[in-house]
Order: sequence, then structure tokens, then C-alpha cells
Amino acid sequence: MILKGAEILLKCLEEEGVDTVFGYPGGQILPVYDALYQQTKIKHILTRHEQGAVHAAEGYARASGRVGVCISTSGPGATNLVTGIADAYMDSIPIVALTGQVGTSLIGRDAFQEADITGITLPITKHNYLIERTEDVARIVREAFYIARTNRPGPVVIDLPKDVMEKAIEYQAPSEDINIRGYRVMNGFNAGQVISAVDLINKAERPVIYAGGGVISSEASLALRELAETRKIPVTTTLMGMGGFPSDNYLSLGMLGMHGTRYANYAIGECDLLIAVGVRFDDRVTGKIDTFAPHARVIHIDIDAAEIGKNVAVNVPIVGQVREILEAINKRLEPVEAMSEWHTTIDRWKEEFPMRYGATCSGRIPPQHIIEKVSDLTRGEAIITTEVGQNQMWTAQFYQFKHPRTFISSGGLGTMGFGFPAAIGAKMAFPDRPVIDIAGDGSIQMNIQELGTAVQYKLPIIICILNNHFLGMVRQWQSLFYEGRYSFTDISHQPDFVKLAEAYGAYGRRIKDINEVDEALREALTITDRPVILDFWVEREANVYPMVPPGGSIINMLEGD
Amino acid sequence: MKKHTLSVTVENRPGVLTRVVTLFRRRAYNIDSLTVGATEDSSVSRITIVVSGDDKVMEQVTKQLYKLVDVIKIVDITEERFVDRELVLIKVKADNNVRAEIVQIVDIFRGRIVDIGPNTLIIEATGDSGKIDAIEDSLRPFGILELVRTGKVAMVRGCKQ
Repeated sequence: MILKGAEILLKCLEEEGVDTVFGYPGGQILPVYDALYQQTKIKHILTRHEQGAVHAAEGYARASGRVGVCISTSGPGATNLVTGIADAYMDSIPIVALTGQVGTSLIGRDAFQEADITGITLPITKHNYLIERTEDVARIVREAFYIARTNRPGPVVIDLPKDVMEKAIEYQAPSEDINIRGYRVMNGFNAGQVISAVDLINKAERPVIYAGGGVISSEASLALRELAETRKIPVTTTLMGMGGFPSDNYLSLGMLGMHGTRYANYAIGECDLLIAVGVRFDDRVTGKIDTFAPHARVIHIDIDAAEIGKNVAVNVPIVGQVREILEAINKRLEPVEAMSEWHTTIDRWKEEFPMRYGATCSGRIPPQHIIEKVSDLTRGEAIITTEVGQNQMWTAQFYQFKHPRTFISSGGLGTMGFGFPAAIGAKMAFPDRPVIDIAGDGSIQMNIQELGTAVQYKLPIIICILNNHFLGMVRQWQSLFYEGRYSFTDISHQPDFVKLAEAYGAYGRRIKDINEVDEALREALTITDRPVILDFWVEREANVYPMVPPGGSIINMLEGD
Repeated sequence: MKKHTLSVTVENRPGVLTRVVTLFRRRAYNIDSLTVGATEDSSVSRITIVVSGDDKVMEQVTKQLYKLVDVIKIVDITEERFVDRELVLIKVKADNNVRAEIVQIVDIFRGRIVDIGPNTLIIEATGDSGKIDAIEDSLRPFGILELVRTGKVAMVRGCKQ
């Protein structure tokens, strides 16, 4: 069969099970778009900016567990993907980014719209490729998907020179086996280490599980729950681990770290065994590292050997698939029935230091109230995306997540403008589930142009803007650590979000009265044919509490009034 | 801090060296020397990297390098019995008064004189890093005008099973 490079590319995407791609056309990627035009199996979603495409691919991947795909042209198209690629790298999200490139004879000559995207993305991809021959297209696409989704997942970039996509060759399906000398998929684990871990778990008096994104990507939440319930071990999750353990479970401690619950951080401070599962001891979690879990022996389970011992010393490291390892541990556990003194201590903390927030004196809506309402009305069953900042932390604190892959947020990179395009990706993966983006008035303006996309494809995504007319989290730090010098964080000068929604053909509504919150959300949840912007005017200077000051020990938390 | 010699086998492809060097830069590991060249297998290259670091740093360096898809194998040969060599070219000031003395030093180190100018000599020498340091020190008093060292290449002795 004679096929063009671009046709081989699409054929390979199909074979990888790709049903949806997010992209934006341009000069050098024209051959791929021409091939897309002539087929029906892969749905292409036209975003309004390449950054929207890559975050949508991330949202699709985070919600579904499948590899997300985005397409851009060369040069500025490709560089517009960079933030999203870095975002996927930090959060270990499997995406494949296809970038156009000038023809092979022009590479290196500063041709129009040429950018060295493989060079640019070198430190922020799991791997990347520049395809030089049409004969290599099939092999490279297969390798790229394989690398993106196996072991610790991550982004892979494939750069596609125009002539490589145009050229037609006799196509032969590549042999079944992928053979990459320098890349082996992790199989199995050290059984001896599992026995050591079980021994520590069975003996521990004050154990805590600290679970992260690895639980989600390894589909290990059931195994995690079995471990926790068999030994009655309290569980705290990182931001990336939200949904990996049900928040309404009696063993749940909620999130830990800088804006975690007091009881989670206290439990870390007092525990004698820390079971770290699919985590990387990020500084936002540990605070001052030498005061993190000071009395604990540490079991660290992770797919990435390089994470073991990177930030903290570990007693029992186990490298491998988190789910397999947890299942092996579970088989050997001695169940405990009775609650212990440890649980009494934790219950006391929970009673003494519950997550709470006060009424506002301004009469504007407390932002936390909106998250609680969204949580109640969706019964914790919606897919929630967030932007970055206060909106993100309040969502993690006050939405009762029950399932993995329902909290979609930019954890490691902290990318403002992530949430809305990610919601578009999540909605494409799960058209029948409610998808809600919790946004700030700052973040939402960073990718607001994707309203065009959501309207075009009739995606009923609900955007809840917690509008405080500030870049709230930065203002919070200025308030707490820079003596209230609000340097360039007042963004009162902003568009009328309701009119903006209407201009795009979306539905918009402004809510200033707390008594209207419930009804406005209910109304939004009934809309099925277009996106909705709910512009909630919230307390301007509400802070996220509790809070560990940067560099401090996580048991010393600031509290608001 | 101890110096470690890593012998890294990589795919012989464009950009692989950049990947390795970028990793060292990004994670702030310090490279003392780095050489790269062909091996008996044309599809692989060998990079010999000398890096200073304690055990913890070396463990991270090795694990992070292994995450590069193009890296096939890494051996820390520091504790092995190995042969290592560096090559140096030194251009030294040499007028008639000192020329004989320099020739004598070059002989002692079993180096060679590869160019003679009106007032200069270029000396070539190979050896382990200690020897190269020594010849450099011995010639410094005469005035070294230019010096270039290749960095180290290394090979484990005998046959390891």
C-alpha cells in the first residue's frame, strides 16, 4: 500500500486507539491536516490557541488514563505547546505532542516558522523525536506512545518535517515487538522488600499512608483502600493524589502539606511509620524537609527508581508498579479490627482543628461556600478541573472527592490557564459526566479564548469563577510576607464575564448574593448545549488557611480568623 | 569529594550527547571531564564522564541517566581495575637557552615533540590524569602558551564474567 507520511501517522494513531486529537493548523503541518480532512475515525477538536490544545490533551489523559494527543504547526505553534508539555512532564501525564517542522533540507537555516522544538523540549519531555525519513514514521509513533504511557508516564514530542509527511512510500506495518535498547518496561518488584514492608506495617503503632499521583496513574486506588482498611491506617493524599482515596472514608485525613489539614500534618509529625505511595516528597508537601515525619521509618513505593532517596532517606524502598506492589503487600497483612489510641489522637485533632472558614464581613460570598455547594450538588461525582492559586487550594480542601481521575489540576508546574482547556479535554473523554472548572478571575483570562472551542463543540462545561478581583494567592503572600504591599495583584480592571460569555454564545450569570449560589449552580447543571460562566463575586481578601509558611515545618501552621 | 569515572554506553544518534549534558546541567551535577567516541559497535557510542560527588549524588546521577531512553548502560568503573588515558597538547615557550631542558622533561614523561617554532615547542603526551597533571606542572615554569586536554577515556582490565 502506497501511503504518505501523514497518512501513516494517522493510521498509527488509530492503531494506538486514539479517537480524539486537539490541535491548530498551520503551514508546515498542512500535510497532516489534509490527511485528517480525508478520514473520519479520528475526531479533531480545533482549539483557539495551541496552549489550549495541549492542556486539553492533558485533561483528556488525566480524566481517561489514555494517551492525550495534540497537534501544532512548526515554530510559534510548537513553542505555544511548551508550557503544556512542561506541565505534563511535572505531573507525569502521558501525552504525545505532534509538531510541524520545516522541510528537512531547510532545518538549521532559520527558515520561516522554524524552531528547534526537540532542542527546546529536551529537558521537559520523557523523550522526543525528529523524524528524518518517512520510513521511520510508523516505528517512531509506536515507540512514542509506548514510552508516554509505560513506567512513569510523561510527554513525548514528535517533530514532523513537512517533506517527511508529504512523501509517499510503500507502507508495511511494523513488526509487533517494540524493541528499545535503553528502555525497559518495569515488571515485577523485589519480593524481599515487600516482606520487609509488611513486617514494618504489622508492627507499626502510628502508621500513616501518604499517597500521591502514582496511585492514580497506576490505577491503584482500590488496592490502597484495601491496605488502609485492613490495617486501619489513616490516609493523607497530595494534591495529585486527590480522589485516590475517598474523602468521606473514616480513615481519610484529606490533603497534607502547605495548605493541607492540620490533622494530616500533625499525623505526619507524630507517625512512627510513613508509607509513601506514588509520591516524590515535593517541597509543597514536606515543608522544611528535616522536620518531615521525624519519628518515622519510611516505606517508599514508586515506579521511578530515581525518586527513591532523592529528597529523603528511605528505610524500605520498593520500585515497581504501585498497584502490583500494594496488592502483594495486602496479601500478607494481618487484619486489625479495633481502633487504637492513634485513631483517638487523630479524632481529637479532627475535632479540635476541623477545616473551616468564617462568614465574611464585606457581605461578599465566602469562596469556600461555593466549593461546598458544588460538592453537595454533584455528590462528589463530577469531574472537577481547577486553575492555579486559591481556587485550586479551596477546591482540594472543600470538594469531597470520591473517585480517582475526578480532580484534574496542574500540580507540579502550577500553570494558570490550565483548568478550562483541561475541562474541554475531560469533557471529550466523558461527554456524559458533568465537568466543572473552578477558576479564578486571573487564571480564566489566560485561556479564555477556548470559550470559542467549547461553544463550537457544544460542550456544557461549567466555569465557576471565584471572582475576588485579585490575583488572590499572590496577594495572600504579599499580605502575609510582604507587609501588604499589593504589587500588581489588583486586577479589578476586568471584562464583564457575563457579557463575554454571551459574546461567545455561552451562557453567563453573575452571582453576588450567597442565597443565589445554590440556584445558580442548579440552573447551570441543567444546561446541556453550551458552556456556562458563573461569575461569583467572592470576598476580596479571603485567604487559604491553614497554611505552612514557606520553608517552615508542616506542624506549624498559620490560621486565619 | 570523590571523583567517579562513569562509562556510559549510548545510542549513536544525533542529539544524544546533548541529552546527557543537558541532564547534568539541569540537575546541577558537575562534570570534570567528558569524552565521547565510537566503539566496536557502530550503533553505539561510549561517553566517559568524570564527575565529582558523594554516594548520594552518584546514585542520583546514575538513576537519572538511566531514565534517558538513549542511554543503554552505565558502569561506574571507579572501583574497578581499569586503564585510563588522556591526551594533552601543550605549546610552551622555548628559546635556545631552555630548549634542551624541555626536551629532557618530555623524554622523562615519554611525550613527543610534534612541532617546533622559532620560540615555541608543541608537546604531545598521553597517560593517566596524574601523569598529565605532572607534565603540565613541570612545563609551567617555562611559560605555557596554550594547552588542550582531551579528557579521559577508560576501559576495564581483563575479562569480567
